Amino acid sequence: MEILVCVKRVPDTSENEIEVNSKGTDIDRDDLVYSVNEWDNYAVEEAIQIRDKVGGTVTVITVGDEEAEEVLRREMAMGADKGILLSDEAFEGTDGRGIAAILKAEIEKGNYDLILTGAQADDGAGQVGGMLAAMLDVPYASLVNYLEVIDDKKIKAGREIAGGNQEMNEIELPCVLSIQTGINEPRYVGIRGIRKVASLDIPVRTAGDLGLDASAVAPKVNRVDYFVPEPGEGAEMLEGSTEEIIEKLVEILKAKGGIK
Amino acid sequence: MSRQVFAYILHKEGTPDDTALELITAAKKIDPDASVIAVVTGSGDNLNTVCNEMTASYSEVWKVDHADLAYPNAELVRKALVGILPKDAVVLVPHEHFGLDLSPGLSVKLDAPYLPDVVDFEGVEGDTLKVIRQEFSGMVSTHVQADISGGVVITPRPGSFQPDESKSAGGQATDKSGEIGDLASTRRYLEIVEAEVGEVDITKSDVLVSVGRGIEDQDNLEIIEELAEAMGADISCSRPIVDAKWLEKSRQVGTSGQTVKPKVYMALGISGSFQHMGGIKGSPFIVAVNKNPKAPIFQVADVGVVADILEFVPELTEGIAEEK
Repeated sequence: MEILVCVKRVPDTSENEIEVNSKGTDIDRDDLVYSVNEWDNYAVEEAIQIRDKVGGTVTVITVGDEEAEEVLRREMAMGADKGILLSDEAFEGTDGRGIAAILKAEIEKGNYDLILTGAQADDGAGQVGGMLAAMLDVPYASLVNYLEVIDDKKIKAGREIAGGNQEMNEIELPCVLSIQTGINEPRYVGIRGIRKVASLDIPVRTAGDLGLDASAVAPKVNRVDYFVPEPGEGAEMLEGSTEEIIEKLVEILKAKGGIK
Repeated sequence: MSRQVFAYILHKEGTPDDTALELITAAKKIDPDASVIAVVTGSGDNLNTVCNEMTASYSEVWKVDHADLAYPNAELVRKALVGILPKDAVVLVPHEHFGLDLSPGLSVKLDAPYLPDVVDFEGVEGDTLKVIRQEFSGMVSTHVQADISGGVVITPRPGSFQPDESKSAGGQATDKSGEIGDLASTRRYLEIVEAEVGEVDITKSDVLVSVGRGIEDQDNLEIIEELAEAMGADISCSRPIVDAKWLEKSRQVGTSGQTVKPKVYMALGISGSFQHMGGIKGSPFIVAVNKNPKAPIFQVADVGVVADILEFVPELTEGIAEEK
């Protein structure tokens, strides 16, 4: 099975405090630690497990600048066979629709059976997979937390819906799925693993290589600014020494029926 | 002609979802003069019941009845909507698991911009609609705009808009079933697998001690157990704890987990994403402990403490024990 996983390099929210820059044009990107989008690791892990079971190839792909290569290499260290970097100045400032159009141009050059994305990334939109599927005219399912290959023509996919329930679907290949966290336990990647793949070649494709002109990636949706909303009244913050805070909190909990 | 805004109505077993009335408010925020049309897809008696109920709130209700739409398979619903919607439609679909399944592809097929997970609208100027979204799990907000002269697909965040309870529309249902065309798809809905019932039913708990990513390690859960025991509370958690398989799925609070209605909710090391907060109903008294003073949980909690739960929780347990 030929599997493609679309990944994204994002600021790591567990390592950084995300703040708006002084002009409000972007988040403050000085000294940010970046990593691969958390959801994408689950997608890559799932792809690797499927390949190990039924054979085939796992390719990881991203749209980004040259620094985005590091996340491809990390996913190759996890076990992906190949990486492809789609990079061009023309791609900067595009929107989700543009990213899907760029991916589509490369995907049509290949012969992929299964295309996976993370369920969402740093902007919380969760849009590229569904757009890509519609552009390719193949079926799509989002928030997949169970995946089983039935044969080389179809899969069974469980979607995470409300209340901890799961919606089961049978889907013909090729298809696009967005993968939810918790579907598996992504393997650990050490420095040694990354060193092993350091010399592997990662081809770079430009807008010209993909036959895309500026209009194909022109954004339909534009971010005007970043801001931090005026905080509401919010919580009553307990301050003082730990001892004082605990004394006050125990009193409050007792009054509210929090201690039985 | 006034602008037409189409609201996709989620429903289950003949009952409309809470978002059905929220979308009216969202539509009026886009354009106070808009004519707002409910679109309801489904099959049989359940569909009729929902359509009837919606005519109280929407002046126009479009009904799409097809046996294959009895369960909302997003691939089929998308085809039906593309069949009936006008080219410049403003379409609202709630941003939850179905909206996420349907809307990105719908925007491509309607060749319209997509505005996902919108928390507020600034209104339309000319043909430009400006909205507010959040990024990085709510740590920053953005203004986003799009030209909607050729239509737009928007997924408003559930719970972000007040439900319009006026129910004075006196509307009518129009049967659009004949216009949907071919619904064939290579994605076939099979069944719903119900969540496993856990050892504790947290939906019935009065006091919940809820733990999140801030616990850092499975071994540290011990301090949460000790606190819960001292308080006489049950333990619940946020999504990362279930993803890591440290606690069972039945203990997860949130839109993809359980909906709880306790009197007191202790959020320990939980940042407070909207998906998590969406699982807490009945306005409990919320105590939040988090080492990040900017965690969104402090916006919704009643009482907050900025502290590392690994240090704070054992001391709190001790404090409670001394009181007893």
